[in-house]
Amino acid sequence: MVLEAKNISFRYGKETSRILNDFSFQMESHERVGIVASSGFGKTTLCKILSGYEEPDHGEVLLDGKAVSSYKGYCPVQMIWQHPEQVVNPRLRMREVLNEGDEIEDRIIQGLGIEEDWKNRFPAEISGGEMQRFCIARALGRRTRFLLADEISTMLDLITQSQIWNFLIKEVECREIGLLAVSHSPALLERICTRICHLEKSC
Amino acid sequence: MEEKKIILDIRNFSVSFHQYEKGFRKTELAVIRNLDVTVHEGEMVAVVGSSGSGKSLLAHGILGILPYNAVMGGELWYDGELLTEERKKALRGNEIVLVPQSLAFLDPLMKIGSQIRRGKKDRESREKLDRIFAGYHLKKEVQELYPFELSGGMNRRVLVSTALMGNPRLVIADEPTPGLHMDLVRRVMSHFRELADEGAGVLLITHDLEQALEVADRVVVFYAGTTVEDAAASDFQSEKTLRHPYSRALWRALPQNGFQFIEGVQPYVKNLPVGCPFGPRCQFYTEACKEEIQSREVQGGKVRCTLDLHTGR
Repeated sequence: MVLEAKNISFRYGKETSRILNDFSFQMESHERVGIVASSGFGKTTLCKILSGYEEPDHGEVLLDGKAVSSYKGYCPVQMIWQHPEQVVNPRLRMREVLNEGDEIEDRIIQGLGIEEDWKNRFPAEISGGEMQRFCIARALGRRTRFLLADEISTMLDLITQSQIWNFLIKEVECREIGLLAVSHSPALLERICTRICHLEKSC
Repeated sequence: MEEKKIILDIRNFSVSFHQYEKGFRKTELAVIRNLDVTVHEGEMVAVVGSSGSGKSLLAHGILGILPYNAVMGGELWYDGELLTEERKKALRGNEIVLVPQSLAFLDPLMKIGSQIRRGKKDRESREKLDRIFAGYHLKKEVQELYPFELSGGMNRRVLVSTALMGNPRLVIADEPTPGLHMDLVRRVMSHFRELADEGAGVLLITHDLEQALEVADRVVVFYAGTTVEDAAASDFQSEKTLRHPYSRALWRALPQNGFQFIEGVQPYVKNLPVGCPFGPRCQFYTEACKEEIQSREVQGGKVRCTLDLHTGR
């Protein structure tokens, strides 16, 4: 499958300056692309647009030639966020957080090192590293075709970071999921990606 | 090299919490068990530990702002004298400053400018603040705003500015940079470095080993409430100069050093193993590790391990 952004422009509100201007990008599902861009480029915004959380002002996001917004139900482009504590419902136990995903296999849950006991806890009762594992599992549902990872390991210690990425690389490889990784660490992207994309501000 | 004066000496520091379980049964939860850190004048020491290892409690313990149900153990020495609660009260905010992790430490009812100047209106402190703000891309108008009117990143820079306002002898920076862009992180770190070069002691508490290695002189590796190793930052250039299996595992997990990982997670404080907290994940785990392990000096650093990784035994 091909994920494509065609001439996207975007701004928050009406008065603020453009974040993305006539931006185009393309990747295939066997690729692992790393995104490097200066701060304020709009990397997070780009991920939000690609996964359908924001609509671009101009341009379109296509998945195999069809607009992403036309896929009803589960979105095949899933995003993992930088701050896991902000994207889980504090009133749900972690077991239910996992159920928000699309039929998550036990293999994934075990592969990410999620322990049975953690599932009974509330988000406030587990650490950030443990919560990020749940968020990654939740994004790896059955119908996921593209995975957008926005600085997903900045708040993790090195060993957890390495554990999670090693699992993710194996998983996306065997399921042919396209991976887009945003990180400020060149060494990390060098390690995990097949292609690195340096973005310059175009406006 | 001339021996520098020790400004902060923390020996066998521990923090535990009183909790009530099922009604009236009182339990004690030890979050920090064995923590030793020394900071010399002009030195920047980083305490590196993963999230949930109890790092922030160290900062709060030094300043005496732990919650009421916390119990502290061990000894804190500041400038050659025992740091008592009265001394903490007198020194904090003047000689000892904290750059807190949480933005909630700002007073919501006070304008940014006067909050950082602590009400002072003289020309000198006004000019100093203007200079500091300019260095962090904060406009002068920001001083007239309240904390809720600023973004997370701006408030973060305001918090860092507070440390630069006075002439502190000891700066405790508790995860000072989350949510900041990389170039700003570098700038903040270089300012802490300058403070250290001017003679202050800086204690940086962080989870980011790479960041710590860039600026700090020494790195204290903290795991599940225990300091396992105290090493010079230069020791992290190679795996062989590291003394503890956990530090070595951290080193190998760096993307540029192989990106290897070990199984398992850091244990939760309630079910810590007896003896070495890293034991169950360690490839060298033996019976001897199940006892209390004393910290010892190895090649200019300290390690809390039964093994001698340097010599291979």
